[in-house]
Formats: sequence, C-alpha cells, structure tokens
Amino acid sequence: MSAMEDSASGAARGFSLKLLPPVYASVMLGLFFLIPLGIMLAVSFFHRVEGAFYEPAFELTNYARFLDAFFIRILGFSIGLSIAAAVIAVLIAFPFTYSLTRARRGTQIFALVFLLAVLSLSEVIIGFSWSTLLSRTAGVSNLFVALGLFERSAAYYPSLPALLLGLVYLSFPYTVLVLYPALSRLDPELSEAARMMGASPVRTFFTVVVPVMKRTIISTIILAFVFTLGAYILPQTLGKPPHWTLSVHITDQAIFEANLPFAAAMAILLLLVSLVMVAITLLVGKEDAVGGKA
Amino acid sequence: MKAIRVVFMIAVFCFMSAPILVVAGVSVNEKKRLLFPPKGFTLDWYGELFAQSAWFNALQNSVLIALFASALAVSVALPVALYLWQRNSVFGRLLFSIGLAPFMLPPVITALGLLIFWVSVGGSGHMAATVISHGVFLVTLPLVTISLGLESINRQLVEAARTMGADEKTVFFTVIRPLITPYIVSGFAFAFVLSLNEYIIAYMVAGFTVETLPIKIFNSLRYGYTPVMAAVAVIFALVSVVVFGLVARYGDLPRLLGAAAKDAK
Repeated sequence: MSAMEDSASGAARGFSLKLLPPVYASVMLGLFFLIPLGIMLAVSFFHRVEGAFYEPAFELTNYARFLDAFFIRILGFSIGLSIAAAVIAVLIAFPFTYSLTRARRGTQIFALVFLLAVLSLSEVIIGFSWSTLLSRTAGVSNLFVALGLFERSAAYYPSLPALLLGLVYLSFPYTVLVLYPALSRLDPELSEAARMMGASPVRTFFTVVVPVMKRTIISTIILAFVFTLGAYILPQTLGKPPHWTLSVHITDQAIFEANLPFAAAMAILLLLVSLVMVAITLLVGKEDAVGGKA
Repeated sequence: MKAIRVVFMIAVFCFMSAPILVVAGVSVNEKKRLLFPPKGFTLDWYGELFAQSAWFNALQNSVLIALFASALAVSVALPVALYLWQRNSVFGRLLFSIGLAPFMLPPVITALGLLIFWVSVGGSGHMAATVISHGVFLVTLPLVTISLGLESINRQLVEAARTMGADEKTVFFTVIRPLITPYIVSGFAFAFVLSLNEYIIAYMVAGFTVETLPIKIFNSLRYGYTPVMAAVAVIFALVSVVVFGLVARYGDLPRLLGAAAKDAK
C-alpha cells in the first residue's frame, strides 16, 4: 500500500517536474516575443502625444498615413529594391550552390564556414566594409587607376547601385544556405541520366536541374526578399535618404521622431507583408518533384 | 566545363571576401586615415580596442551579452526541441514555429516590439533587457541544431534504456544528453556569434546606455572614421571563421546545414 502510494506520488512529482522545462520555454517565448508583438499591435492604434509617448485610444490615423503618396513611395521602393536584390542573389547563388554540392566535401566545408562567417557578420560591418571598398581614398577605383583604366579615383557611394550591390552581398550567403539542403539532396542520377542521353552539362543544368528545382527557386527568392526587407544599416550607409527603406523609417519614427504609434503601424504592415510572403513559400510547397526538402 | 565552374566559384569567393580584405588592409594604416593600399604598417589600432576605455567597454558589453544571451537561448530551445521530439503534438509544433518566427521576420519588427515592451515594463536601457531580448530572438539557432540532433537519435536506444528500467531523467542524462551535446554546443556557438554581431535589437532596447561593438562602430561611422572600426571588423570576421571552423572540425557541418547524412553521399 505505502509502496503504491510512493510510486503514485513519485509519478505525480515526476510529471510536474517534467513539465517544468516546456512551461518555462513557453513562458519565455510568450512573454518576450508574443506579448511584445501584441503590445506593438495595440500601440499601433494608440494616439500619439507630442513630447510624451502615446495614450491609449483606438484610432486608425496611423494606418491612414500609409495612403500618403510619400509612404506609398517608400513601401513601393522597399519592395522593388528587395525583389531586385533577391532575384540577383538567387541568380548567382543557384549555379554557385549547385556547383558547391558537387564539389569535394572539404571544399564544401570550407565554403560553408566562409559563408556562415559572412552571413553572421554585422550589417554595420558589411556597410562599413562596402563603403570603404567604394570610397575614393581606399576603394576599388584605386585599382583601376593603378591599371591605367581611370585617370583619377572616384567614390561610388552613396548611390542606388552601391546599395543594390550591398544588399546582394548581404543576402547571397543566406540564399546559398537556403538552397544548399535542397540541392545537396538532389538525386545525382538525375543529371547523370541526362548526361548519358547526350545532354551537355550546361544543357542538363537548364533543362533538368532548373525545372526540377523551380519551386525551391521561387521559395528561395521569397525568403531572400523577406531577408533583404529587414536590411536596416545598408540603406543608410550605402544609399541616400531617398533610398531609405521601410525598416529604416520604422526606426527613424520610433527613435528620432518619437512617434511610436506610427512606427508600430509600419512594423505591423511589414509583419503582414512578411507573413504573407512566408505563407506563400509554404503554399508553393516544400517538396520539389525530385528534390528533397527545401 | 569543370574549368568554368571553378572560375565561377573563385570569382564569387573573391567578390565575397573583397570588402573584408580591403578593411583588413585599411586596419594596418600607420596614420589615422582611410587608405588602401595601406601606407605603412602597424597593429596599434588593434591595441587601441583594448586600450581605449570606450571601445573596451563596448567589447566587454558585447561579450557579456553574447555569453548570457546564447545560454538563455539554449535554455529555452532545449525544452522546446525535446518536447516536440517526445510528443509530436499540435502545441509542440506551435511552440517550435514560434521559436523559428523571430528569425524568419525582418528583425526590426521584433526590435520595435521589444522596445515598446521594455519601455512599458521599465527595463529599457538595462543590460539585462538586452540579454533577454537577444536570448529570445536567437532561440531559433539552438532550436534548429538541437532538433537535428534529436532526429539523429535512434529511438530504439531510448526504448532499450526504458525497458531496462531507466526512468525519464536517467534516459535523458545517460542516453539523450551525450548524443545531443555537440548540437547544443553548435547552437550555442551560432547564437553567440550572431549576438555579438546583432545591431538593431541591442540598439532599440538599450542602445543609448549599453553600447555594444556594432552600436559603437555605427556611432563612430557617423562622427568620422577611426581605424579601430576596421580592426574590430577584422576581429569579428576572424571570430566567426574560428567558431564555425571549430563547429565544422568537431561536427558534421553539411548535415547541420541540412545536407543529407554523410554516409548517404
């Protein structure tokens, strides 16, 4: 009897102890991720008070400002710029990753370490590095001068091409790492079969690999797009104020204009755009016909 | 064909390393000027990082935040991954998706949410707020690595241990933990490096009082150039290469990044 009671209470205690870690994790994620997003959603309907932060209200003023030609232009520019950067990054990353997955294991590991290092590099550092590389005194134009191509060195930033270049650089490692699992699981027999039937490697790549990977390519472009939308430092360091994206304006409104309700409304808009995009990648489907998990 | 492929890959490699190489060159300039190729050679700017209290303070903040935040990220990620692995319930999958979310969304969204949150509860401007914010933001990385580790465990092993009378705790500490330790360490390393480099959340939550190195660089960038910035950039790049190199050395990096298992290739 007492033994039974012991084991029963032991089981009860074990049960509650076992639940403690998941409960702790849920509380952490709920308290410090979901609740902040919830508060942000609430604040986006609040009334801005000049000189203070905000006061509770329910008004759509902050959202109505999106209809401003100025903010429509910002949104349009952010989306267009991010799409351009994402497409260029994937155009380079896809053949690169395909070649990488067919390279020796040692080469693969070297490239992965290198790309992870670049990916984790602070956007601040990437912005600073590119502004140096594009500067007059330390930039790539000095190389052209040394080669006798140019008379005088020049600065190439701030400008739109510089910003686009920076964003492609920023998203390239990300796209490679998104493409890598799918391409490395691509059945090698597939391209071998095409080769045996007489197709050249280039032809095989375009007529077999690319069509088979179509869904993966589309998903990757969308993910790279969302990733680039988050760029915050590069538009400020490599671009001019008209090139500031939604991410920059959100911070600007929150910190320098002290207009948290409007910043929150813009963040909610950005959140919706991103969620819709991620949902589309899920709808496009994770599985390609022959490729593995994307 | 192979030649074209090699040339292409080398070209991409050059493009990706060019900015860092130029910054490395700039960081050894003898004078406090932005010149490349560098004039003269000195490593003094690297010393300045430790000698100038403003830079050293930022370095200390960054390392402290990264250590505590990545430990916190692992402490949250481990139960979520285990819970989902033990019972594939709807709640488990939901928790897992929430853990992935901060990383899928543009970080400025999380940053603004946390700014408003900390302003409301009164933690804004404290280092603890930055640590907690980074910890929750970076949960994704250990969550992904630990889940991969758990997937690789043969469930029959766990069954065998249970049959032989081991309780949950014993199974965890004698069977599961040793097998997933490399994945926990990788997750910690990934989160550590990313916390070191993270700007926008650290800036929004406590940027005016707790200066981390990325914040310090960006602030200095506005008020003029100093080669210490270049030195920090080089050190950060080296730290990342060393950390990920170690992960690759002691773990299966291709598998960690989603390639099929080694023996399948």
